[in-house]
Amino acid sequence: MRSDPVVQVRDLVKRYGEKTAVDGLDLEASPGVTAVLGPNGAGKTTTVESCEGYRRPDSGTVRVLGLDPVREAAALRPRIGVMLQSGGVYSGARADEMLRHVAKLHAHPLDVDALIERLGLGGCGRTTYRRLSGGQQQRLALAMAVVGRPELVFLDEPTAGLDPQARRATWDLVRDLRADGVSVILTTHYMDEAEQLADDVAIIDAGRVIAQGTPEELCRGGAENTLRFTGRPALDVGSLLKALPADSTAVELTPGVYRVTGKVDPQLLATVTSWCAQHGVMPDRISVERHTLEDVFLELTGRELRS
Amino acid sequence: MTTAGTYAPRPGAAPLPRMIAAQAVLETKMLLRNGEQLLLTVVIPTLLLVLFGSVDIVDTGEGKAVDFLAPGVLALAVMSTAFTGQAIATGFERRYGVLKRLAVSPLPRWGLMTAKTLSVLVTEALQVALLTVIAFAMGWSPHGNPFAVVLLLVLGTAAFSGLGLLMAGTLKAEATLAAANLVFLLLLVGGGVVVPLDKFPDAAQNALGLLPIAALSDGLRDVLQHGAGTPWADLGILAVWAVLGLGAAARFFRWE
Repeated sequence: MRSDPVVQVRDLVKRYGEKTAVDGLDLEASPGVTAVLGPNGAGKTTTVESCEGYRRPDSGTVRVLGLDPVREAAALRPRIGVMLQSGGVYSGARADEMLRHVAKLHAHPLDVDALIERLGLGGCGRTTYRRLSGGQQQRLALAMAVVGRPELVFLDEPTAGLDPQARRATWDLVRDLRADGVSVILTTHYMDEAEQLADDVAIIDAGRVIAQGTPEELCRGGAENTLRFTGRPALDVGSLLKALPADSTAVELTPGVYRVTGKVDPQLLATVTSWCAQHGVMPDRISVERHTLEDVFLELTGRELRS
Repeated sequence: MTTAGTYAPRPGAAPLPRMIAAQAVLETKMLLRNGEQLLLTVVIPTLLLVLFGSVDIVDTGEGKAVDFLAPGVLALAVMSTAFTGQAIATGFERRYGVLKRLAVSPLPRWGLMTAKTLSVLVTEALQVALLTVIAFAMGWSPHGNPFAVVLLLVLGTAAFSGLGLLMAGTLKAEATLAAANLVFLLLLVGGGVVVPLDKFPDAAQNALGLLPIAALSDGLRDVLQHGAGTPWADLGILAVWAVLGLGAAARFFRWE
């Protein structure tokens, strides 16, 4: 049961007039945290809104917790929590008033006061929504998404424009949700957010998923990772190479500057430093360059993620 | 601090009557908290009743002015809440994603519309109570069958709600704001609320008589001022507007 996908999207196509927003997209999300990563206009929001039941697919199928989000909306809605990219609150409502209202629509809501405390919304007092800061509005939207104790939460750009502290608070809550068995689908164009939070990352570009996997898998794929260090010139690179795993390379780039490529992991780092120790070499300025999701995206599309 | 298991899933919708009641309470609170809405629904009808009832500005025909004015102002109260107020509030709820967010909550759409209707009816009950008290203080002596009055108010509410929701669900929020206020003003002047329709030329009178506000104020006046029986013609006009308005709103309303 646990391994049943929470979201299953097959060959989804969604057009708005002439423009094709999603173009044959496949996505499968397992329980846990899945990040949908991509630049603005890639089709992230359309994909998520198709899962939430807002968009009727032009073709393809969408299943969320095994249900069709359009035809079986009534059965699905109580089981999911939704944070929209913006808005969603009466402009004249106070933060606690709106959160209490959403709680009343659910059978077993969270303790509203504890949630207000947890997300630092206690200071909003009698301020109405339209006068809250952007960060407060976003935290309220997040609270509204989780207050009904859903099985699955959709967060659309949950930390866009937040200051670092509020961002960390949001990340902590996502981690707690995951630890308590709540699945999370979040869209983001922040690499570090996906790397920090996600068990699984789907990279979207031009309406399709162009890569999916754990952050580790994605970063390992494509070009190799590298390790550099500086030492005496003309070290015996051949002897170093013998100590390394079979698919590695080692070269002296310029006199005294060495580069090792391959699967850069703690074991490889230990092998290189112990080889240096055996040969009386002090590996100066040793550095590891692992691929980030940013590099992966650049390699896959030839473009920067945040353009 | 959060203990493990705080967020463990335990999904479920609240019982439907509780959801609808909570929604109706919130909608009513939002309306009563909004200054512009109160101006429209409370201040303007009250001022018109007091001002035109005590100063002889418009010739209201035979009898006490308040007997002519009270039914018109009751019709205006219904229009201000069911049409103008509801159109503006719903237009901005649509604009700010409130309708979109509620659409993925456990509350079904028809439940939301039921709650909106309840909120309109509660507001109207408060308006009618206030205006009735003021009118009695001014020496109002109403006649007629209370059942016919309630029937007129309910059909009028249905007609104006349909038109208000149609506007809110198809136009931009700013356009709804402007148009709803303009229509309110035009119907206030041309709908027999404080100015008798017979002050207008014959041709205009026939056309104006078909407006929902004219049918409602005329029907209320027939019953309350003249003690007439059930005003079927006016009820018929309101029923047609209700069917057209609610039908078009159901067909064309866009939630985002």
